[in-house]
Amino acid sequence: MTERLFEGADWDFLTLQRVHDACEDVARGELGLDTYMNQIEVITAEQMLDAYSSVGMPLFYRHWSFGKHFAFHEASYRKGLMGLAYEIVINSSPCISYLMEENTATMQTLVIAHAAFGHNHFFKNNYLFKQWTDAEGILDYLEFAKRYVKSCEERYGHAAVEHTLDAAHALMSHGVDRYPGKKNIDLREEEKRAGQRRAHEEAAFNDLWRTVPSGPAKSGKVLSIERRRKLLGLPQENLLYFLEKSAPRLAPWQRELLRIVRHIAQYFYPQSQTKVMNEGTATYVHYRIMSRLHKQDKISDGNFLEFLQSHTNVVFQPEFDDPRFSGFNPYALGFAMMQDIERIVSDPTDEDREWFPEIAGTRDVEDVLRGIWANYRDESFISQFLSPSLIRQLRLFHLHDDPEERAGIKVDAIHNERGYRRIRRELAKQYDVGYIDPNIEVVDVDLAGDRRLMLRHHVIKGAQLYDTDAKRVLQHLADLWSYDVVLQEVDANDKVLKEYVLNPRIQPAAA
Amino acid sequence: MAFHVIDRRLNPGGKSLENRQRFLRRAKAQVQSAVKKSSQDRDIKDVLEGGEVSIALDGMDEPRFRREGGTRDMVLPGNKKFVEGDILPRSGEGGGRKSQPGQGDSEDAFRFVLSREEFVNLFLDDLELPDLAKRKLAEAESEGLQRAGYATSGSPANISISRTVSRALMRRVALRRPRPQAIAALEAELAECEDEERRTELEAEIAALKAKAKRIPFIDPIDIRYRRFETIPKPVAQAVMFCLMDVSGSMSEHMKDLAKRFYMLLYVFLKRRYRHVEIVFIRHTDRAEEVDEQTFFYGPASGGTLVSSALHAMNDIVRSRFRPSDWNIYAAQASDGDNSISDSEAVSRLLTGSILPVCQFFAYLEVGEAGGYSFEMPDSSLWSLYERLRGNGAELSMRKVRDRSEIFPVFHDLFQRRANQEKAS
Repeated sequence: MTERLFEGADWDFLTLQRVHDACEDVARGELGLDTYMNQIEVITAEQMLDAYSSVGMPLFYRHWSFGKHFAFHEASYRKGLMGLAYEIVINSSPCISYLMEENTATMQTLVIAHAAFGHNHFFKNNYLFKQWTDAEGILDYLEFAKRYVKSCEERYGHAAVEHTLDAAHALMSHGVDRYPGKKNIDLREEEKRAGQRRAHEEAAFNDLWRTVPSGPAKSGKVLSIERRRKLLGLPQENLLYFLEKSAPRLAPWQRELLRIVRHIAQYFYPQSQTKVMNEGTATYVHYRIMSRLHKQDKISDGNFLEFLQSHTNVVFQPEFDDPRFSGFNPYALGFAMMQDIERIVSDPTDEDREWFPEIAGTRDVEDVLRGIWANYRDESFISQFLSPSLIRQLRLFHLHDDPEERAGIKVDAIHNERGYRRIRRELAKQYDVGYIDPNIEVVDVDLAGDRRLMLRHHVIKGAQLYDTDAKRVLQHLADLWSYDVVLQEVDANDKVLKEYVLNPRIQPAAA
Repeated sequence: MAFHVIDRRLNPGGKSLENRQRFLRRAKAQVQSAVKKSSQDRDIKDVLEGGEVSIALDGMDEPRFRREGGTRDMVLPGNKKFVEGDILPRSGEGGGRKSQPGQGDSEDAFRFVLSREEFVNLFLDDLELPDLAKRKLAEAESEGLQRAGYATSGSPANISISRTVSRALMRRVALRRPRPQAIAALEAELAECEDEERRTELEAEIAALKAKAKRIPFIDPIDIRYRRFETIPKPVAQAVMFCLMDVSGSMSEHMKDLAKRFYMLLYVFLKRRYRHVEIVFIRHTDRAEEVDEQTFFYGPASGGTLVSSALHAMNDIVRSRFRPSDWNIYAAQASDGDNSISDSEAVSRLLTGSILPVCQFFAYLEVGEAGGYSFEMPDSSLWSLYERLRGNGAELSMRKVRDRSEIFPVFHDLFQRRANQEKAS
């Protein structure tokens, strides 16, 4: 009989070591996972709250909004309104997982399998993460960001820095590149670059230049619209990038702050696109590992039952008419799909063979899954692999809600032969960032005239911006741009539905 | 593969403190008014306990571009009986939508817990000691010590070892004192050496080096440096607070309670400004006595009313125990305003002659029965007397109070930070 990893609920650091090694055997040997080196950190509840308030990162620059989130989380945690996560995992190399100290031994095993192997593998292999994030450099970059923000606060005052960061945060959702550029991001290089730039500025500073007469102003050649837009790289949907490069009156440090916020937004961009897959992968991996450990008798029946109980809680999907329902649970959907794929690969029905000829019955479950984990995001994953059998199992249906239709909401498709494809398409759309985020881009700047910045929101299916928030965000945008900002909401026929015009507030100490 | 476990539990806590401070600074106005509001209903003792406040997140929101309205498509799990083409009537009337969970302003007003320190700071934030305090502070100074470089003389206890050693090293290097290693090397060579001539040479050299080393000491008295201290004037950091109260029969429990609340506020306020605060309780009827807190507030007493007796007692105590140059003296007097007419002369003489000159601040609180408005209280004999004194330039602060909820506003009013620091009253 093999030795158990632990007995009961207690654990110590040697237990964690044994658990990690046992999980690693299964993860590598059986599932063929390829992970970053693991770093497991045991933390307290307060530290977990800390991590919550700084979007899960171990260090972050200082900003009041994090203090607000902390106060909010702390209050609801103390009142017992909110439980804390068992772990937090960070996409970095080495991959850092935070484990709560009050977890039982079983829970620690679960979260090590889940985070340190499941998420870790996903981070290292998924194409979005490879393309958009620099796991090696992120922690150093955050350290740099923290120091930089601090030095800015010392040099230019809390208020000015706070103002710039507020504005940058408001635009954060529109501070990402959606299409891959020419080169991969290297955050270490970024940090060096910022230092060099400042050193150069200081070295090259010569006040005399200010006094040199500049000669007669060049007569304003009227650029054609095409040329002007080309010069400014328009249309541009990355608002932060555009401001960083083209806002006429920002100080260099403000541009650097925008750049920092933009890089961080970009770092999180893949995570928002792969919630279902990421959690599905991790849940599937922990389920496989735990079951294997139990089969090898490394975990007792009692502990395995404890695991099953929390696993069931995690993958619980309330139905739409359940008061607990609040959208799809990414753990549940992801795990169900992974298991469904496992079934299709190893034991397909005729229907599966017809729908998934490439993978049905190929028998190598791990290989197929690894391929999927590496090459898909939520939207493409669902539109490819949501099977009719799973649609039936979850009893999915599609509602079409048109406010013009007085009679009510129409049931557009249900889980039958006619409905499968439509349901799959619509569900995939719910996870498509192109649909989730409003499509807003900079279209023009009136450089010769009053330097007004023109933005356009392409309205999809009549969903316009929420007025109060839009005005506040645009106000921040106008403050950064320093001149008027115009946002037009246009529908598919280029008809203007609504127009916002915002003037910059006068900023103290920012020019 | 390598793998680390790190125990972070022992890391210092309070990592988010800086963010919290930024947040509180930003939300200051809202938090402050929330603190004021919540403190009105509490007992004073509890006021200082900190606790939960709830603020509206006006100006604290983080806006994002969000969308609303339009046609929506949803895929939901758990179909029971719907078939394609069914029309489901909307709940509510007129096409009202069911609110989307997880959206909207769930944080519109949110509650969080302030620590005791934060609470008191915010509670007393816009209060300041009145201007008179400064006058006194400038005069009343004690002396403190401060480091002030190094000196060539001093007491042995103050020798600065590092400075002394480094100066000795400088001197030894400058005068080329032979290093012990050099001598040792030569001696080693001598021990090995066979050649007679070379031996004499070496011996001579060693002797010369040793002599030189002897001439140049390792540490010379001129190397020695002492840490120097300077005395600097320090503002007085202690205060005494005199609580004077009329306990004659006309003072009801309610009035005493009002007075108590005022004293407590004053105590907390002083405690925040001074390291050491003493309280002296003097109660009086037609004669005054110094008592402990219990007796002061709850002890039975009866008799007529002579305010001068309390002022007398205070004056004596100041003279015997609290030298005005060492202590900041604050006094708060509470009374229902009764005083015998014949006493007025004595009171005004004592006040203007000996008490007000040594006090930083003297407050008179006239307490009345509950109900009605404080400004409707008729001027009592003591009130009119103090009014007259003030008219003659005496620095007195006076207020009338008749309800619990007025205590804080009155207190706040007395100590409010004023733009041009006009006379505090």
